[in-house]
Amino acid sequence: MYRYDEYDHAFVAERVAQFRDQVRRRLAGELTEDEFKPLRLQNGLYLQLHAYMLRIAIPYGTLSSKQFRMLAHIARRYDRGYGHFTTRQNLQFNWIRLEDAPDALADLAKVEMHAIQTSGNCIRNVTADHWAGVAIDEIEDPRIWCEIIRQWSTVHPEFSFLPRKFKIAVTGSPNDRAAVRVHDIGLRMLRDEQGEPGFEVIVGGGLGRTPMIGKTIRAFLPKQDLLSYLEAIMRVYNRYGRRDNIYKARIKILVHEIGAEEMRRQVEEEWEQIRGGALDLPQDVIDGIARHFAPPPYQVQPVFAPETERLRFEDRDFALWLRSNVVPHRQPGYAIVNLSLKPEGAPPGDSSAAQMDAVADLADAYSFGEIRVTHEQNLVLPHVAVADLPAVWRGLVRIGFATPNLGLVSDIIACPGLDYCALANARAIPVAQRISTRFADLARQHDIGELKIKISGCINACGHHHVGHIGILGVDKNGTEFYQITLGGHAGDDVSLGSIVGPAVPADQVVEAIESLVDTYLKERRDGERFLDTYRRVGTAPFKERLYAPA
Amino acid sequence: MPLLRNGALSDDEWQRVADDAASLPAGAAVIVSFTRFRAERETLLARNAPMGVLLKNIDPVEELGPDGARFALIALEFPKFSDGRAYSQARLLRERYGFTGELRATGQVLPDQLHHMRRCGFDAFELAKGEPLEAWRRALHTFTAVYQPTGDGRIPVSALRRRLFAAAAD
Ligand code: HEM
Ligand code: SF4
Repeated sequence: MYRYDEYDHAFVAERVAQFRDQVRRRLAGELTEDEFKPLRLQNGLYLQLHAYMLRIAIPYGTLSSKQFRMLAHIARRYDRGYGHFTTRQNLQFNWIRLEDAPDALADLAKVEMHAIQTSGNCIRNVTADHWAGVAIDEIEDPRIWCEIIRQWSTVHPEFSFLPRKFKIAVTGSPNDRAAVRVHDIGLRMLRDEQGEPGFEVIVGGGLGRTPMIGKTIRAFLPKQDLLSYLEAIMRVYNRYGRRDNIYKARIKILVHEIGAEEMRRQVEEEWEQIRGGALDLPQDVIDGIARHFAPPPYQVQPVFAPETERLRFEDRDFALWLRSNVVPHRQPGYAIVNLSLKPEGAPPGDSSAAQMDAVADLADAYSFGEIRVTHEQNLVLPHVAVADLPAVWRGLVRIGFATPNLGLVSDIIACPGLDYCALANARAIPVAQRISTRFADLARQHDIGELKIKISGCINACGHHHVGHIGILGVDKNGTEFYQITLGGHAGDDVSLGSIVGPAVPADQVVEAIESLVDTYLKERRDGERFLDTYRRVGTAPFKERLYAPA
Repeated sequence: MPLLRNGALSDDEWQRVADDAASLPAGAAVIVSFTRFRAERETLLARNAPMGVLLKNIDPVEELGPDGARFALIALEFPKFSDGRAYSQARLLRERYGFTGELRATGQVLPDQLHHMRRCGFDAFELAKGEPLEAWRRALHTFTAVYQPTGDGRIPVSALRRRLFAAAAD
């Protein structure tokens, strides 16, 4: 894991001091709310429906057990005893008092954490594949590159007042688990003909009100050029991105308006001027960062553990959990354990302080003290010995994080929606809860197979509905909540944006509508087809026909 | 308007002249708009007094480029503090076109941007509102470590680390 050195410590401490001073000036009336807003946003503090919301960065989704316990402490001390994991590998606390925010940030700094650049028109927390460093199909650990980007983008003097927020995602595997094609910049690691790893550079993807799939502007970028190339992209965007209309200010609109070819030309022209300069990454600097992400001291472990096998035969729940929540690890004898924060009928992504502490204990006992946060609002224990799986499972069952539903119909992503968010048209969390309750039968869920439902409470698409196999978008029709349903979105390598099935449905019919879509799939599917495969083969028509058939 | 230079409030010897002002005050240090400069380039460069130019943040620095060196001052605008285009202009002027004169920030200039502005090459600041000088002094020393190489010559953390590694290896 990345550990701060003296420079990082000093920097974060100074940042807390700076923010404490800004809060003081705001409370004393020296700063207007207008002037304070961008400053608090750059420290992760939003003003929400009921209170301030503090968004904490979990860079590339990696946490130590010690950091996790600090999050539990903050939940208890400054919030109402729980936190909310988001699709951006962040944690949000929804009930923070402005006066307390500097203290909460000071506590975070003690464990090398912060809320810097989790909002505002700057380069945001860089996200990565949550199985980074442990996935079988990985070329290189993307966290090395995320950390290099994180440092470069931290209080970047030129790019802190961009036209709009800016999100970068990195995947170290050819199988994209970081949704790189729907970010402002996506970096996908691949090899050139000589076998050297480098990056495909994708620009101008995004969701929100105008969803767009990013365009590849460079098929292969050598690693040492990463920062100079990023700086060139950022400079073109900072100078020419639109600032007249916030709905047109993301880089995707610039790319769309001038075209990917012209974007490439401008970026390359700028890059020619700065490549090979001070931003060049020498191998020893890369190695210095990479050392932080060296694998933990794995022990030789049996690949076949008798106790684990026995339980698999005897306990159906454990067997189901192994099937859906446990994935192979690159180290023989180890497994990746995914924790579901989507128990039946619960708000997706919520965790109480007690649950956080328990996860930290499990991580210490069974996962080298390491925890990951996923963009699907779940957690991961990345290094569990196969022989320890029964013990870990029992521990997770106790705290309610062992629901065997990963990637299934009840593993729903939902944004905060009208329960918390000032911009919402409709509730999102209660819809997720009702769907999850309706599909509670696990045998049925496993029969339905992979099906990703994603819900947003408004067009901003924080819940990624555009890339849900089934997407649900809250809309307002004359003051009542309606939901527009899209089909066929997908965030993987074969990315696609969902298409609207038909007229929006009223709130009390959403669950029935999902039931109908699932029934259509079950009727139409051929052997081995997932929901997405069937949809791609048959299209919208059969789904639509059944959904809107007169009762 | 108070002017901050070299960490202290300072008198401003520069006058801004409107585009429609017929003649420039003889011998005085004046700042003209980029539009006027474009229109009257030859006459203005032939003037026998310090020249300054004010660029809007959409004016192309590339076009000023080589002429930059003939100005004693270039002023860049922040129409709102949240509009960050002038940061890029500043770095280009300093780092690409080698401008060494006074680089002045005008418009909505607040203490919380001072760190960014200085790192991008600004060395004079027209202060937008009456923040106590103390707030500006503190802002000068916000961060001791920086992560990016820019034209300000500060050594970024990555380079400091390399030195540590090298020292440890010795
Ligand atoms: C609760 C307060 C929140 C507010 C006020 C808010 C606001 C917004 C806005 C205005 C946009 C649209 C930006 C654009 O298209 O330019 C957006 C997009 C987005 N937000 Fe949020 N958001 C909130 C919470 C969240 C949460 C909890 C998550 C994660 C679960 C999240 C993740 C995202 C993502 C992934 C996008 C769309 C991707 C993109 O930027 O293109 N947001 N948000
Ligand atoms: S999608 Fe809309 S309702 Fe949901 S969190 Fe984002 S802004 Fe709020």
